Parts: sequence; structure tokens; C-alpha cells
Amino acid sequence: MATQMPEFSDYKYGFRDKDVSVYRAKRGLSREVVEEISRMKGEPDWMLEFRLKALEQFYKMPMPSSMNSKWFSILPGKLDELNFDDITYYVKPSERQGRSWDEVPEEIKKTFDKLGIPEAEQKFLAGVSAQYESEVVYHNMQKELEEQGVIFCDTDTAVKEYPELLREYFGTVVPPSDNKFAALNSAVWSGGSFIYVPKGVKCEIPLQAYFRINSENMGQFERTLIIADEGSFVHYVEGCTAPIYSTDSLHSAVVEIVVKDNARCRYTTIQNWAPNIYNLVTKRAVCERNAHMEWVDGNIGSKLTMKYPAVIMKGEGGKADILSIAVAGKGQHQDAGAKVVALAPNCTSTIISKSISKQGGKVTYRGLTSFGRNSQGSKANVKCDTLILDNESTSDTIPYNEIKNDDITLEHEATVSKVSEDQLFYLMSRGLSESEATQMIIMGFIEPFTKELPMEYAVEMNRLIKFEMEGSIG
Amino acid sequence: MSVPKLTIKDLHVAVEGKEILKGVNLEVKGGEIHAIMGPNGTGKSTLASALMGHPKYEVTSGTVTLDDQDLLEMAVDERARAGLFLAMQYPSEISGVTNSDFLRSAINAKRGEGNEISLMKFIRELDKKMELLEMDESFATRYLNEGFSGGEKKRNEILQMLMLQPRIAILDEIDSGLDIDALKVVAKGVNSMRSPEFGCLIITHYQRLLNYIKPDFVHVFMQGRIVKSGGPELAERLEAEGYDWVKEELGIEDEAANPTA
Repeated sequence: MATQMPEFSDYKYGFRDKDVSVYRAKRGLSREVVEEISRMKGEPDWMLEFRLKALEQFYKMPMPSSMNSKWFSILPGKLDELNFDDITYYVKPSERQGRSWDEVPEEIKKTFDKLGIPEAEQKFLAGVSAQYESEVVYHNMQKELEEQGVIFCDTDTAVKEYPELLREYFGTVVPPSDNKFAALNSAVWSGGSFIYVPKGVKCEIPLQAYFRINSENMGQFERTLIIADEGSFVHYVEGCTAPIYSTDSLHSAVVEIVVKDNARCRYTTIQNWAPNIYNLVTKRAVCERNAHMEWVDGNIGSKLTMKYPAVIMKGEGGKADILSIAVAGKGQHQDAGAKVVALAPNCTSTIISKSISKQGGKVTYRGLTSFGRNSQGSKANVKCDTLILDNESTSDTIPYNEIKNDDITLEHEATVSKVSEDQLFYLMSRGLSESEATQMIIMGFIEPFTKELPMEYAVEMNRLIKFEMEGSIG
Repeated sequence: MSVPKLTIKDLHVAVEGKEILKGVNLEVKGGEIHAIMGPNGTGKSTLASALMGHPKYEVTSGTVTLDDQDLLEMAVDERARAGLFLAMQYPSEISGVTNSDFLRSAINAKRGEGNEISLMKFIRELDKKMELLEMDESFATRYLNEGFSGGEKKRNEILQMLMLQPRIAILDEIDSGLDIDALKVVAKGVNSMRSPEFGCLIITHYQRLLNYIKPDFVHVFMQGRIVKSGGPELAERLEAEGYDWVKEELGIEDEAANPTA
């Protein structure tokens, strides 16, 4: 097979708009920068203190590695090219929040147009909270949700409008001291979504946000907090595409989710980062009694992704489902996986990880399944499948198990496969070209993931994969 | 439409450097059904795979044309689009791809861009063919061959043939592992294709299938080539008496294509 990776200039979403930002913090990280961010946002003192404390943590903490954190494991040398002093930590895209579509600046609308946002919005979106650079500029929520008492806004707004609710949970699932990047995010965070679903309320339509970085060398540090109160249900969807940068860019988000008794939360992500982005994300949920957390996580692109959606099942009967795919191409490393911790009896978790590596790309499944002392009757099932498309590409599976109770069940299954000559021959013998046949096999491989996506995302996902594969099959 | 014609002349094929086919000559035309019979290991399936273009099989000499086009110059998918079909002995399983999605892609690959089959028409056709083959509706949404029993896979191969409407079909041991009811259904499918625009080459060990699909020509395959040809009565005699009399008649001691001496 001839191999040709789409070059940087071919990157599908690699268009870049004129920079319309009103305020841009100076490069580098300092106490002054953090204070300036907080001042610009007009934050209360407690948030400024939270940020400054986190900044101290950041300075103190070593780079995370498997030696000092079971949540976040940076491989030696992986981040050598990342210079914290060469990043802009805050960019305010326009002076104020757009309340309706009409008020959103034209320049920003154009970017959304290219990403297909308004079209998607016209369909069945409950609320669109689209993050452009560091702050949410457009946010629209359907009346229906509002009437049910559902809060869906950007996290900056939540600081002002729902300070007590936010403060009760903010930083409780992922404290700043968790790891160096959680500390960094806590110090300079901006944007992200805040969702509160009251007791017994079931949001039938997914809540969606669209993320996009659009400023060279700018880090994006969004902070998302979701609280699903007792017996509620919410599905949150985010998709990301980023334009090309000439130098490396950092994306380091923190997502915290609290799923209360008998509630269910599903969080769906598709990330398609440009191939020069470091994507270092801490995502974690806490499940209380009979609560159910589902992560559906797709990672395409980026230079390095390190992301392990986690669920801590604190209450009896907690349930965790983590479904992820990762695609690594030339020069890319997807270090992804999942972490589940059962701390109470009769918790069940399922992890399905699908990865594809091509053109020298590297995929690593890094997982943790942990059973605490009181986890009797709990079960975990882990399945990792890797599809390697050529001889230069590699895959690793690094499962880590921690078992402190005898009465548990743990199943682990891992497969590594290649697109077989016989499969290609079979499909081609029915008239499909080699690239159509390969694409079909790949689509089939990730189908367990795509079938869980809302329709329009499934379509987008298939397009992304198709685009990713077009360059690699001759 | 013109009458299809597959012409094989002095075909030699090697696998991993070993010659398996040693000069096959055969012509299959529209309206004809040919049966190739022979013991195991004589190269029958090699012929099927080599005609379709499996990369493992290397054509060392000879020619094959389909409607006067050089088949051996074509890639596998081009052969399919030119109207050749192979019902495989061991069809691959493709996880995550539904039977109907696959079939529609295959039909559209043949029809070409801008001429895709409408979804409604496709569904109508599929329903019709599945009914003919007594296949449960669930087949359409099951993943391609995944978890199919041997018989289900064979039926699925015939379904693909009916949907793709090839000009020339090769059925490689389509009867193996089938019970009598399934065999009848498969035969019904093949017979429904019979027309001057369709030629068929059936490869089989047993005469059983030929009770239901009446061949026009029967060929005996040994030592990597056709050693004897005749009409349907040849198949009946082979079923009744085995292959020994053919070997005796032709002075063949070891019928295998690649004898392990």
C-alpha cells in the first residue's frame, strides 16, 4: 500500500480566521497572569484564592508519571517540547457573552459555519454552548429545559450566577492537587460547561457544546462540572476540532461529574485535534448509590493525547460504562484508556477500548481497575481491541489491576489484529476498491463506538475516519 | 445485453512457488452451467481463487478473458465490476458491517458514482431475494458473516450473487456443510439466475447438488487440470463408482495437484 499522510496544509479544519480577540494575556505563567485572568472575569475572591492556591500546587508538583500518580502518567521525555512559558493562558474572544445568535460577532459565526454548527443547532439541540477560544460566546438553551430547572451555562457564568451550587462541588472530584495538569487548569481555567440537573429530571435531548481553539500557541483550559441530582438523567455531548498551528499548543481540560443516587449521566466526546496539540485531560466522575456513569470518548488527531476517563463508584450498585476509540497516525501518540474504582458492594463496570494505529502512529491502552475493601460482589469487564494498519505502527496494552477484596469478578480480553488479506479479497471480490474495502473494515471495527453516538455525530465521525484514512491508503 | 463468455487457456498457477494448476482449458458461456468435480487436493479451489485474483495465487502462464477483456490484467475489484463473481468456500467475517450496508456498497460500487441504487429499490430487491432464499429478515442487519453457521454463510453468498447479478459466477463448494433443505434453497437461488446472460461454474465434490442444479457440462479435475469432460451422466457415474475408474482409464496414479512424494 502506498502511504501518504495528509500534510499539515491538508488538515480538514485547518482554516484560520482573523484573530478578533479583545484581550490576550501576555505569554507565560505567573501570579500576575492568574490575578489578571480573575480580574478580567470579575470573579469573587474565593475563586481567585482557589486559582492562586492551585498555581502554588502547580509550581510545587513534579511532572506526573506512573511513579507519582495513578491517574496521570506522562512518559519520560514526552513533554520535553512543551514550554509552559511559551503559552498564552487567556484570550477573551469578545467583550461580552452573546445572548442570542444575532449578537454573536460575524467573524466567529463564520468559523462556526465552517464547522457546521448552526445547521446542527437548527435540528434538535437543546442548548448550544459553543466555546470559541477561552470563553463561551454563544449560549442558547431551550425553554423546556429551563422550565425543568436544568442549569446549562458556561462555567464562568455559573461562578457569578450559581456561586453556592458551584462552590459545593467545584474541585471536589478532581482537586487541584490531583496532578500537575489539574493544578494548571485550576489556576488558569476559562470556559467549559456547567450543568445541574435537578432531582428526577430526565433531559431527553442531549446538551451539546462545541470546542475550538483558534489562537496560535494558546492553551485552552476549560473546566466542566456536571451534577446529576438523584434520579435524573443527562447526556452531554462535546466535539472538538482545532485549526493548524505552527508551534505546539496545549489543551488541558478538567471535567468533574457527580452522579447522585439512581441518576445516570452520559458524556460523549469526539476530539479531532490538529496534529501539533498536546491534549492532556483529566476526566472523572463519582457515582453514588445505583448511579450510572457512561463515558463515550473518541480521540483522533493531536500530537499526544493522555486521557483516561475515570469513574469512582462510591455507592453500592454503582455502574460505569466506558467506551473509547483512538486513532493515531504519523507522529501521533494516543495514550488513552479508562479507570474504574469500585469502593462499594455490587458495582459493575465495562470498559471497551478500540484503537487504530497507522503510518507509524502509536496507541497505548492504559487502564486501571481497582476494587476496594468493601467492593464485594463487584464486577469489571475490560475489552481492548487494536487494529494496526501497517508494519511501522505500534500498540501497547497496559492494564493495571488493584484488588483488595476476594469476592469480585474481573475479566480482561485484548486483541490485536491487522486488516487481513482474506478480508480485503472478500470485499474487493464484490466490487469494492481496496480503499473502500479497508475503510469498511475500519468502520466496522469502530462500529461499537459510532452506534452509541447521536446521529449527526455518527455521521461526522464516519467522515472524520474516512478523511483520516483517505491519505493512508493507496 | 451480450452473452457473457469466460475463456481460460492453458492456465498455470503457483502458490508459494509450487505449481498447482498445470494447464487448465475451459470456456463458460452465458446460458451454460459447468460443474467441476474431483477429489480433494486436485486444485479445484485454486482455480476459483486464481480466477477472482486472490493475491496468494500467482499466474505463471496462460490467459483468461471475460468478454474478450484480459481478466488477468484486472485488479480483484475490477474483475467483480466486469461481472465475475466468486461464492467462496470460506467467506470472511467482517465485524460491525451489516449485511445490507455491505450489499448496498457493493451494488453501488458496480453502478458507479451518480448512479446509486435508491434505498427503496434496494430494500425491495433485498426483501425479494431473501424471501426466495428463505432467509430471516434479521440477516439484513446482522454483521457480515459474523457468527453465521456454515449453511447461513453459503446462503449469504448466494444472496450476494442474486443481488449483484454477475455475468459469470463461480461457486466454490457451495454445497459443503449443507443439509438437504438448505441445498434445495441454494439450488433454487442458482436456478433463478439461469438465463442466456448468466454463465456458471460449480465446483463440488459431490453429485448431490447436481440433482438440483442440472449442469450442461461436467469436468473431472485431477493433477491441476481438467482430465475428462462430459455431460450430466458423467457426474452420475462418478457418484456411483467414484474416481478410480477415471484414474485407471487415464493411467493416473496420484490425482493430487502437488503430490507429497
